[in-house]
Amino acid sequence: MSTQPDLLYSEEEEALRAAVRDLLTDHCDPSGVVARVESDAPHDLALWKALAESMGLAGLLVPEDKGGQGATHREAAVVLEELGRAVAPVPYLTSAVVATEALLACGDQELIARLASGRSIGALAVGLHLAPGAAFPVVGCENGTLHGELTGIADAAVADVLLVPAGDGGLYAVDADAVTVTGQVSLDLTRPVATVRFDGAAGRRIGDAEPAVRRALRAAAGLLASEQLGLADWTLTETVRYLKERKQFNRPVGGFQALKHRLAQLWLEVVNLRAAARNAADALARDEDADVAVAVAQAYAAPVAVHAAEEALQLHGGIGMTWEHPVHLYLKRAKADSIAYGTAGAHREALAHLVDLEAPQAP
Amino acid sequence: MTDAAELLSRTRELLAAHPPAATDRLDFLKARFDAGLAWVHYPEGLGGLGAPRSLQVVVDAELEAAGAPDNDSRRNGIGLGMAAPTILKYGTEEQKQRYLRPLWIGEEVWCQLFSEPGAGSDLAALGTRAVRDGDEWVVSGQKVWTSGAHNARWAILIARTDPNVPKHAGITYFICDMTDPGVDVRPLRQITGEAEFNEVFLTDVRIPDSRRLGEIGDGWRVAQTTLNNERVAIGGMRLPREGGMIGPVAKTWRERPGLRTHDLHQRLLKLWVESEVGRLTAERLRQQLVAGQPGPEGAGMKLAFARLNQEISGLEVELRGAEGLLYDDWTMRRPELVDFTGRDAGYRYLRAKGNSIEGGTSEVLLNIVAERVLGLPAEPRTDKDVAWKDLAR
Repeated sequence: MSTQPDLLYSEEEEALRAAVRDLLTDHCDPSGVVARVESDAPHDLALWKALAESMGLAGLLVPEDKGGQGATHREAAVVLEELGRAVAPVPYLTSAVVATEALLACGDQELIARLASGRSIGALAVGLHLAPGAAFPVVGCENGTLHGELTGIADAAVADVLLVPAGDGGLYAVDADAVTVTGQVSLDLTRPVATVRFDGAAGRRIGDAEPAVRRALRAAAGLLASEQLGLADWTLTETVRYLKERKQFNRPVGGFQALKHRLAQLWLEVVNLRAAARNAADALARDEDADVAVAVAQAYAAPVAVHAAEEALQLHGGIGMTWEHPVHLYLKRAKADSIAYGTAGAHREALAHLVDLEAPQAP
Repeated sequence: MTDAAELLSRTRELLAAHPPAATDRLDFLKARFDAGLAWVHYPEGLGGLGAPRSLQVVVDAELEAAGAPDNDSRRNGIGLGMAAPTILKYGTEEQKQRYLRPLWIGEEVWCQLFSEPGAGSDLAALGTRAVRDGDEWVVSGQKVWTSGAHNARWAILIARTDPNVPKHAGITYFICDMTDPGVDVRPLRQITGEAEFNEVFLTDVRIPDSRRLGEIGDGWRVAQTTLNNERVAIGGMRLPREGGMIGPVAKTWRERPGLRTHDLHQRLLKLWVESEVGRLTAERLRQQLVAGQPGPEGAGMKLAFARLNQEISGLEVELRGAEGLLYDDWTMRRPELVDFTGRDAGYRYLRAKGNSIEGGTSEVLLNIVAERVLGLPAEPRTDKDVAWKDLAR
């Protein structure tokens, strides 16, 4: 029985969800996010402070004796569901999951505690598009100083510390003050990527890059499925609500069978995604069957989240195409998420090896 | 409240009093029923102990470990899954005492006389008539898609008792004796070549009023219990990874690298992922039921299961290449059991076509999800306030 995953939410997890949702309802309404993403500061650092410091959620994955909350991926997944529902522009996945996992792999106590407390934001300087097993670019390293450029680094604009893989196989901690971060015009307005330039920046080697990056990206891919679940759940719920209200031909549009079937189909996909995402979070928490669980979740989640956002846009009709309506934020996040931490195809390819369903041999 | 420890001790008492190796199979099953260990969530005296349904596994595991015979539930799926819960809910005390024990031990197999040629998705439009004659009802009409009618002793039957009221209001629910001389069961051959289903012609079948389930005219409501249980039964199985239709394809893929192509590889991996996610969803649903938080997810399980079975079996025929041009056997036969994953790929492909029709078409299930789960408005209806006899047909 111990090998059965627990796919439900505990009472504590539901309480955590309610607390996060309350905060987001008050401080992260969709129209506010639409306005914010066009400003100079697309990230909502006041919201981040409330989540990370006041609620202590940045340290969920960190043991208590290292300054964290001693929770697991299951709780972090619940937070990500809620952040996905709100397309919240905060660096939770990148700092509290990805950078934190990399630091946990390296065992750097001081930085772990700083990130866990929410006082500092960390970013792993690896392109957002890279899958857990993929090769990653590195920067040059001479006498402890770093040289080169890395692009596509999510949330680097608000990072206080960057974790940088270098040519000598090490992972280096570098202060954001020592590098040049240039925002790239990003498809996903709520999780923008940036170029990071190193011109002799001083770095401190904290461990080996390969295992740290691999561990960080596996957790990222697995928990991203929960963010995608939240996103898909919001788009479905909002579309159903709108179609009960919107009338054409003297009827609520949601009463037309052609649309009802599409929404029922989408509901089924979201139900499936919930099981896959819970399974990935639980597998990461127990470190059992995690490679397969993560690959399955990510191979399934990305197309579902994109489908949900695309259906939401289409079924909203003309209003869905406007900048004013928040559905585009969800579409952009969903599409970017479908590339983040490896495409569905990359995860299927990984599965082919994991479950022994190998590709045809070259002739 | 009966807890796991008590169930375990009662199970051990049963095994001690009726050692499986030295006891006749049916005698053992009768003793198990009388001990309340058949279906523990049923009431005392009817094969249960009023215990939580989730504790059945405790009894089953102990009995299985002791090598006890089971009631071969697959042979009487309709009886166990549909007739029994309906009898339990709507039956009189006499009906429960008479039918449930032989049903559970498998002595009496049941079938379902619901669908008709003119009433499929619109089941409430059914036209089989039941006319009152003293203490009896005289039933005439035609039923179809009746699995296992050729092995059945009893049938659950819905028939029209009042054609002058709207269709849902004029239906009554009966228990029909399949040995009555007016019952004519004819095999209905399917696209697979075999006849797992039947057409059943009812000609002046006389049913005593004591075999009515529920009130006169209340048959539609009674039938909802039957149909809800049907969908639960179809989605509720617990499978290991690769336990369903994907298993044989994955096996063929591994064993015969010569059949592999890149196109098939992409499609196989996609379906493998969907199968695994479907399995996890079923497991999550099961955990919700055990935790006493049943969700609406069950409504969608059959939909997903039907589409996956069809796509996977279709892929498997293609994977087999030249062998995919062949079929194992077109001989007309009458299988005792339905096995979706049995026989060859071609059979599986053809049989799976029924998965999106039987037990509610996928189109009707999508409507149910849209209306009952998502709360979307129903289609405008033209049949609600019209007497059945005045409906277009």
